[in-house]
Amino acid sequence: MTAVVTAAQLGLLSCEACQLLSRPASAAEPGFCPRCGERLESRRHASIQNTWALVVAATICYIPANALPVLNTTSLGTTEADTILGGVAFLYTSGSWPLALIVLIASVMIPLGKIVALVYLLITVQRGSVKSNHERTRLYRMVEFIGRWSMLDVFVDAFTVALVQLQPLMSVAPGAGVLFFAAVVVLTMLAAETFDPRLIWDAASARPKRHG
Amino acid sequence: MDPRLISSLVACPDCDLLERVGPLPPGGKATCARCGYTLAKRPAGPPDLSLALTVAAAIAFVIANVSPLMNLSVIGRTASTTIAGGAYQMWLEGERITGALVAFCAVIAPGGYLLFMLILLIAARSAPAPRWVGEMLRWANHLQMWSMLEVMMLGILVALIKIAELATVAAGIGMFAVGALVLLFPAIVVNFNVRELWQRVVWADGEMPPPAPADAAGAEPSR
Repeated sequence: MTAVVTAAQLGLLSCEACQLLSRPASAAEPGFCPRCGERLESRRHASIQNTWALVVAATICYIPANALPVLNTTSLGTTEADTILGGVAFLYTSGSWPLALIVLIASVMIPLGKIVALVYLLITVQRGSVKSNHERTRLYRMVEFIGRWSMLDVFVDAFTVALVQLQPLMSVAPGAGVLFFAAVVVLTMLAAETFDPRLIWDAASARPKRHG
Repeated sequence: MDPRLISSLVACPDCDLLERVGPLPPGGKATCARCGYTLAKRPAGPPDLSLALTVAAAIAFVIANVSPLMNLSVIGRTASTTIAGGAYQMWLEGERITGALVAFCAVIAPGGYLLFMLILLIAARSAPAPRWVGEMLRWANHLQMWSMLEVMMLGILVALIKIAELATVAAGIGMFAVGALVLLFPAIVVNFNVRELWQRVVWADGEMPPPAPADAAGAEPSR
């Protein structure tokens, strides 16, 4: 590679759906992809603002998601409330520590890690950082790839609730925490979608020409 | 400038670098020179393999949704649940949004993805693929992101082990069908030649696809 030329520098737009490269009739109103009809944008619309908004919303939901119970177990008249960490502790004490570890990673560490990673990406992009672009791109891909796995606890709760309906002996009902937890997962997944990884590299293109 | 003139160039979706991606040999792939993103891939298998896998997955999907995932028995009482049952009970217990989300990620998104892929793969067998194939492919890609069968399967296993403390639980036929789907979904993606299909789709602006350089066996990859 001698010259590093990006599509944006030549006024070309790449379709996010079908990757067709086209030259828009006007830069202000790029219109739609001539091949697949997707709306064309040079960079995702208001990427930084939207991602910040979603990350802040996810952070707020993260607190009740962990503090409120996700499952309420009623057996023989007594009701017991379990938070996500309570569920992890239950799995650990009942002897299946590998599962406890999986749930701990998927439900507590991945959502938190995603929020921290997105905040880091947002701040470095806003400061125009040109350092460790490869590592930041890899971090973004990891956030994008791993995000779905935090849905794990929602599925665990849904199927526990669906199966343990043995009234009056024992029944399990979802707690208020489930909704907040699901919100954290969806909001962070949407945040990863609204963040535009090309912004990581734009700062480098704006600088004087270097050999890449 | 006619947008067709630049159809052999691609901008990396992750870093916007302009690159030329030429014809690929079977099993070959082109990666971005700057950030390593996989720009294009050509499956090693025959072109109809993705359709065959989609048909298999559609059958497994029906079985997974109509048969019980797991059965529970405790002192003479039994209970069982299906995939939809997991979402429906959430809805009944007042967590409607969560129930809808579970239904979307476990039934609607994977089911819609399979349906769209089935239709578009059959339609794409004619040489210039109709333009709605492109539209449908866009929707299939959006649904794929929210299809979480592999996460659901792990979730069910964790639920099974938690409940096993209290009652006797056994995996049902549906569980094995879900297992098959978890393997079939990535196999469809790996064997689906997206790039080749986009080159044959009739354009949304009403024009025919330009004669694209077909992927030829033995051709040199661009990098």
